[in-house]
Amino acid sequence: MHHTVDIRNLHFTYGDGTQALRGVDLYIAPGEKVALVGPNGSGKSTLFLHLNGILEGEGEIKVCGKPVRAETLGEVRAAVGIVFQDPDDQLFSQSVYDDVAYGPIYMGCSPSEVDQRVERALISVGMQAARDRVSHHLSQGEKKRVAIASVLSMDPDRLVLDEPSAGLDPRARREFIRLLAALPQTMLVASHDMHMVAELFPRMIIIDQGKIVADGSTADLMGDQRLLETHGLEAPCGDFIPAK
Amino acid sequence: MLLSPEPLHIPDGFLTPLLAAIGWLFAAIIISIALRQTRQQLGERQVPLMGILAAFIFAAQAINFPVAAGTSGHLLGGALAAIVMGPWAAALIMTAVVSVQALIFQDGGLLALGWNILNMGVLTAFAGYFSYRAMHKWIGRSTSGRVLAAFAAAWLSMEVGAIAAAIELALSGTSPLRIALPAMASVHALIGVGEGLITSGAVRLLQVSRPDVLDAGDSAPGRLPAAFVASGLFLAILLGAFSPLAANSPDGLEYVARIGGFISLAEVPAFAFLPDYTIPFITHPAVTTILAVTIGTLIVFSVTLIVGRRTARKEV
Amino acid sequence: MHISILDVFHPRQSRIHGLDPRVKLLGSLLIILTAVLLPEGAWLSQGILFGLIILLSSASRLGPFFIVRRSFIALPFLLAALPLPFLTPGPPLWSVPGLGWVVTSTGLVRFLTILIRTWIAVQASIVLSATTPASDLMWGLNALRFPRLIVAIIGFMLRYLFILADEALRMVRARASRSPRLAGIKRPGVIWQSRVAGAMVGSLFLRSLERSERVHAAMLSRGYDGEMRILHQPINKSLDWLLLLGMILLLSGIFYLSIWS
Repeated sequence: MHHTVDIRNLHFTYGDGTQALRGVDLYIAPGEKVALVGPNGSGKSTLFLHLNGILEGEGEIKVCGKPVRAETLGEVRAAVGIVFQDPDDQLFSQSVYDDVAYGPIYMGCSPSEVDQRVERALISVGMQAARDRVSHHLSQGEKKRVAIASVLSMDPDRLVLDEPSAGLDPRARREFIRLLAALPQTMLVASHDMHMVAELFPRMIIIDQGKIVADGSTADLMGDQRLLETHGLEAPCGDFIPAK
Repeated sequence: MLLSPEPLHIPDGFLTPLLAAIGWLFAAIIISIALRQTRQQLGERQVPLMGILAAFIFAAQAINFPVAAGTSGHLLGGALAAIVMGPWAAALIMTAVVSVQALIFQDGGLLALGWNILNMGVLTAFAGYFSYRAMHKWIGRSTSGRVLAAFAAAWLSMEVGAIAAAIELALSGTSPLRIALPAMASVHALIGVGEGLITSGAVRLLQVSRPDVLDAGDSAPGRLPAAFVASGLFLAILLGAFSPLAANSPDGLEYVARIGGFISLAEVPAFAFLPDYTIPFITHPAVTTILAVTIGTLIVFSVTLIVGRRTARKEV
Repeated sequence: MHISILDVFHPRQSRIHGLDPRVKLLGSLLIILTAVLLPEGAWLSQGILFGLIILLSSASRLGPFFIVRRSFIALPFLLAALPLPFLTPGPPLWSVPGLGWVVTSTGLVRFLTILIRTWIAVQASIVLSATTPASDLMWGLNALRFPRLIVAIIGFMLRYLFILADEALRMVRARASRSPRLAGIKRPGVIWQSRVAGAMVGSLFLRSLERSERVHAAMLSRGYDGEMRILHQPINKSLDWLLLLGMILLLSGIFYLSIWS
C-alpha cells in the first residue's frame, strides 16, 4: 500500500463559483510514469494542488495509503514533490543552494545532511556548478532544472510536474527530456508537449472540464485522432517511438 | 530614473545623530507593531506576500507618465499600498522598499533610515489610508467614489511626508524651517498631484477588475491602533516645528553645533518637543506654512468631494 | 531580459569582498556614524576619514569612477542645504553681486561639512552594497540579530525585484511602442496618460498578488510552516574581526582628534 496515489470522486469549486473538478478518479501505482493531458482550464493544475493539500476538495485523496489531511500534510509534502509551471515561483531564495536546501531544512535535517542532499539533487539535474549562483542569472532551462532539484532534495517518492517543457528552446527541451527519462521516481506530468508525452510516458490520462475522459496506454490513445480532437488535443505528427 | 524619483529620501549627514536615533526608535516600535498586526491579518502568507508586494511597489515606481515639458509623474506608493492592503501591511511593505533603497541603492541614508521609513512608509500609508476611508464614505459608495477618494488620499500622503521631512531637516539645522517647510510643502503639493493621478488610476483598474481586493483593503484590521500611532507620531513631529531648534534662531544653531561637536547626553533637551516660550504666532514660519497646507488640503478635499458627489449622482 | 542597473553587486577578488558580511555591515555603519558625529570644520579629521574611504574603495577593486558615479544619487538632496551658506548668521565672507545675498563663513563651513559628511556616508554604503551579494547581506543582518521577519521580507523583495521590474519595463516598452508621435497631432492629456500609467500599476499589482499566491503554494509544497528557518553557515574569520577592531580604534582616534583640535 506504499507509494500510491489514490483519488476517488474528487470535486472542487473555486471561491468565485468555477467548478474545476467534477468527480475525478485516479489511481497511480508505484513506479508508473503517467502523463495528464487536456486543454487549458481542464483542471490539471487544480488537481495537482490537491495532491499535497494546498487545495482541499470533496472526495478522497490518499497518498501512500494515508489520507491527505491537516495532520499528514508534512509527510505528504515530503513524499510528493510538485514542480510548478513557472520556475521563478519556486526559486524564491537568495541562491541556488538556498533554494535546494529549503526543503531539507524544513524537514529538520542536520546541516551536514542538508549539504549532502543538496549536492545529490544538484548532481542529478546536472547543476552542481551553479551552487552559489543567483537564480535570476540563470537561463530558463537552468531554472527549471534547479526547480526540480529543489524538490528532489526532499527525496520524494513521486514527482508531479506541471508543464515541464513549456518555454524551453529545442536544446534545453532535449536535455530536459533526457533528465526526466533518467529520474527513477514515480511521475505524474501535465503537458501539452505530445511528443514528450509519447516518448516518456507509457500511460496517458485525458482530462477535460474537470472530468477524466480517458485513461489508458499512450500508444493506443495517441492513435485515436477523434478522441484527441474532441478534447482540444492533437496527436504529434511524424514518427514517434511510443514509450512502453 | 528607475530608482525612486521622489526627493524625500534624506541622506546621511543631513540629520543630527540624536534625531536619527529617535527616528530609529520610533520606526522600530512601529515596525514591530506592524509585524504583529499583519501576522494576525495574513497568517503565514505574510512573508512572501509582503516581500513580493514590496518588489511590486519598487517596480511600479518606474512606471511614469508625462506631466509637462519633459517632466513626468511617478508613484511613491504609500497610499496605494494602504488602500489595497490596509495601513499596517502597507507600513511593512514600504519599510522594505525604503530599506532596500537605502541599503542597496544608496537612496537615502542608513542612519536617516529610521525617519525615511517613518516619512515615506508610515506617515504616507496611514495618512493615505485614513483620508481615503473618510473621503470614500463622504463621497458615497460609487465607482468613481473610490477613484476620487484615492486621488485626494494619495495627494495628502505626500504632503504629510514632506512636512515631516522638512521639520526633521530643520530640527537638525540643515535647512531652516522658514525655507524648508514652504519649499517641501509646495513642491510636494505638485508632486502629490502626480501621485494622486497614478494612484487613482490604479484604483480605477482594480475597481473594474477586482473590486474584492479593494473591499479587502477597506476591512483591513488594526485601524484604531493605526489611527493612534499615526496621529501621535505626526503631532510629535509637528510640535518639533515649534521648538527653538527649528525656528532657525541663533540659539538653535548654536545648540546643534554643540550636539554635533561634543557628546554630552546629559544636556539632551526634552524641551525640543515641549516649547516653553511664547510663539510669535503670525510670523512663525511653521504656522504660516501649516496654515497654507491646511487650506490647500481643504480645497483639494472639498473639490474632490463635490466632483465625487456629482459623478456619484450621475451614475445612479 | 535583465535590468542590469539593479545589479549592484560587482563580484571581484578583493580583500573587501572576502570580509565577513557582519564586519562589513558594522564597519559601514561605524564609518557613517563617525562622519556624522564629526563637528563642523574638523577638516583634518574629515580628511583622514575621507582617506580611509578611498583606501577601502581601492582595496575593493571597484575602480575609482564606479564609486564616484554611484554617489551622484545624493546630489539632488544637497540642494536642500544650499540656502545654508546664505542664511546662517556669522562673519560675512562674500556677497553675490547684484543680489546682495551674503555668504557667511559659518554658513559655508556648515554647508561644506554636510557635503563631506554625506559624501563619505554614501561612499561607505556603496562599498558595502557593491562588495556584498544580497544573500550575504541578509545572512549578516540575521546574524546581527535583526528581526528575522523583516530580513525575510526584504529577502523576498530582493529576489522578486528583478522579475517585477522586468515586467514593469516590458509594460513601459509596450506602451512606448504604441505611442506614436505624429506631427501636428496633439498628444492626449495628463489625465489620460495618468490613467494608462495607473492601469499599468494596477495590473502589475494584480499579477504580483497572483504570483505571491503561487510562491506561497511552492513554499508550502516544500514544507513551509510560517517559521523562517535559516541554515547558519559557520563563517568564522577572526582576522576580519581584528580588522574591525582596528577600524574602531582608528575611527575613535579620528573623532577625538576632531574634538581636541
